[in-house]
Amino acid sequence: MSPLLRVEELHKRYGSEQVLRGVSFGLEKGETKVIIGPSGTGKSTLLRCINRLTPPDRGRVWLEDVEITHAKAQINRLRAQIGFVFQSFNLFSHLTALGNVRIAPMRVLGLTKEQATRLARAELRRVGLGEKEDAFPAELSGGQQQRVSIARALAMGPKLILFDEPTSALDPELIGEVLEVMVSLAREGMTMLVVTHEMGFARSVADEILFMEHGVIVEQGTPRQMFTQPQHARTGEFLHKISELYGEAAS
Amino acid sequence: MLENLIEVARHGPKLLRAGAINVSLLFALIAVGFLVGTVIAVVQVYGGRPLRAAARGFEWLFRSIPAAVLMMIFLYGPPRIGVGKIDPFLAATLALGLRSAAYQSQIFRGAIQAIPTGQMLAARSMGMGRLRAVASVILPQAFRLSVPGWSNEFSSVIKDTTLAYLVGLNEIMRQAKTVYDGVHMRLAMPTLIFVALCFLVATYAGNYLLGVVERQFRIPGLQMPGSGRTMEHSH
Amino acid sequence: MTFDPAWLPRLAHGLQVTLSVVAASIAIGFGIGILLAIGRVYAPRPIRWLCAAYIQFFRGTPLLVQLMIVYFGLPTWGITLSAFSSAILAFGLNTAAYQAEYFRGAIQAVRGGQMMAARSVGMSFRQAVVLIVLPQALRIVIPSWSNELILMLKYSSIAFAITLLDLMGQAKRIAGREFMYFEIYLVVAAYYLALVFIVSQLLRLLERRVAIPGLGAPGESR
Repeated sequence: MSPLLRVEELHKRYGSEQVLRGVSFGLEKGETKVIIGPSGTGKSTLLRCINRLTPPDRGRVWLEDVEITHAKAQINRLRAQIGFVFQSFNLFSHLTALGNVRIAPMRVLGLTKEQATRLARAELRRVGLGEKEDAFPAELSGGQQQRVSIARALAMGPKLILFDEPTSALDPELIGEVLEVMVSLAREGMTMLVVTHEMGFARSVADEILFMEHGVIVEQGTPRQMFTQPQHARTGEFLHKISELYGEAAS
Repeated sequence: MLENLIEVARHGPKLLRAGAINVSLLFALIAVGFLVGTVIAVVQVYGGRPLRAAARGFEWLFRSIPAAVLMMIFLYGPPRIGVGKIDPFLAATLALGLRSAAYQSQIFRGAIQAIPTGQMLAARSMGMGRLRAVASVILPQAFRLSVPGWSNEFSSVIKDTTLAYLVGLNEIMRQAKTVYDGVHMRLAMPTLIFVALCFLVATYAGNYLLGVVERQFRIPGLQMPGSGRTMEHSH
Repeated sequence: MTFDPAWLPRLAHGLQVTLSVVAASIAIGFGIGILLAIGRVYAPRPIRWLCAAYIQFFRGTPLLVQLMIVYFGLPTWGITLSAFSSAILAFGLNTAAYQAEYFRGAIQAVRGGQMMAARSVGMSFRQAVVLIVLPQALRIVIPSWSNELILMLKYSSIAFAITLLDLMGQAKRIAGREFMYFEIYLVVAAYYLALVFIVSQLLRLLERRVAIPGLGAPGESR
């Protein structure tokens, strides 16, 4: 069986800076993979290249048997099948929580307003925010905003969700509620690709961890392998440093 | 078309001489606007209650009544109330100058209020009187902060000098009309395009000169918070 | 001071003309202004330059000149318009340039992540602009747009120069017939004061009605 997502030899350069230098990996249906690595090593760029929010210079990406990177790919239809959760939430500022979750099913999938509303309410309940449907983004805490943005991704019935450091912009006390939602999604069998520094999450949920540095995947393996016997010195150093930085939460 | 252009070119010097009247008017308006505007702004921030109310009323009147109406009032008002006849240049200077004062005072007031209160306290602590402190410490800073807003006002006033046409001043628009009036209507387009180009050049030149002045007086660290977003009031 | 009630019907008629001209030109300016702003922000280079040139010309030259070009100049090219149409056309094209600059500022004030998030859920570029960026930009722009509308209202009073019988035109006519210059212009001033006051209150009401928490003009400093 071919993987749900296949990434082959992705390259991306910004000006003179080579951000991605040939990244390849696959993601099976129902798998959760976590990408870790120092900041500025192309993790976010990689996620954006996957659904072409940033066009890659070279390399290919397949969603099942459709090539996303193909010039004639129907990119909007493909993006509709790939959820994206941003570090800075990016909720639509002029829409309520309900409006944020409802708009794409209505305008992109063509659901009626009633259908989309029912769906959106269900997704908001799923992330524990059924009560907040009338709140505008500015009226929600960061953690609540990020949960709405997860509901927004879920409402599209995506084949997989890409998470770009979903908890990095949050105050420490708000991180837990977002991770909780992500953990339960993983347990329900959602396919997820997560860039994060939350080692606790990586350790308990990830099927595989990819360590990235300088635009390449240095090492990948199960959490157990990565944490106990990393093959590369850099992986061990990074994991050591990050668990010092993040203290208990990381261990 | 070509012969029309040549014919208009013949009138070029005459038009430019009339343009000199626009330039004189510009300086008059800016001078009146700057002086009165500064006083109004200072009164609005530091004045007592009745003075403040009067300054606010002035601002409101001169910003709400259209320039054309103001000019008519200043042209026909003085003879009617027995002050005597007033020539169009003076009427336009007063009407448009005081109107510019209302806009400039708003710019200066914003700048004065943006200056930290510590500046006033420091000046007073060294024994300066209130007025002395305003003149020596507050205004020199406020004028620098006002540059972006004031540049917009300047561009506005350049264009507004044409409004004096409406009270019959013999400025560039009226001269232009004498070129194309009556039997020479076919000259209207080239003449008016010529006038429009004059204004484009004048606006560019004015902004360039202001840029030079601004650089001359610039002081590091002294800038309006979130500057560069002021509004024009003129078309 | 003498005030003749016989003036009222004529001034009322003039007022109607003033309001029609302003409403029509603001509407024209709104449509063209949005297109120009989108062109300046999103269009490829040659179109962006054209939009910028349009805006430069109309903001760099006096409105009175533009009005004269339409009324006296266009006939040179075989296009003759009534004073009413000329005023609407000239004011509309002019305010389009100013509105475009305000729209552009507002569009640029909408955070970049909004566009990216819209595209990430599969919206087309057009959908993202229409459904996500413009609804926010239009709310942000209301204060400066209100200012523009009121300016247009006041500037429309120059159209008597091309014989339009708006509020000002009627006043000039009455003044000329009855030698009541000063009085009539004071009355007209009062009309404009009232008009400006009412319109600005209405616009403030609009602003409050469509307000959304957290969505205001950034760094409100006017």
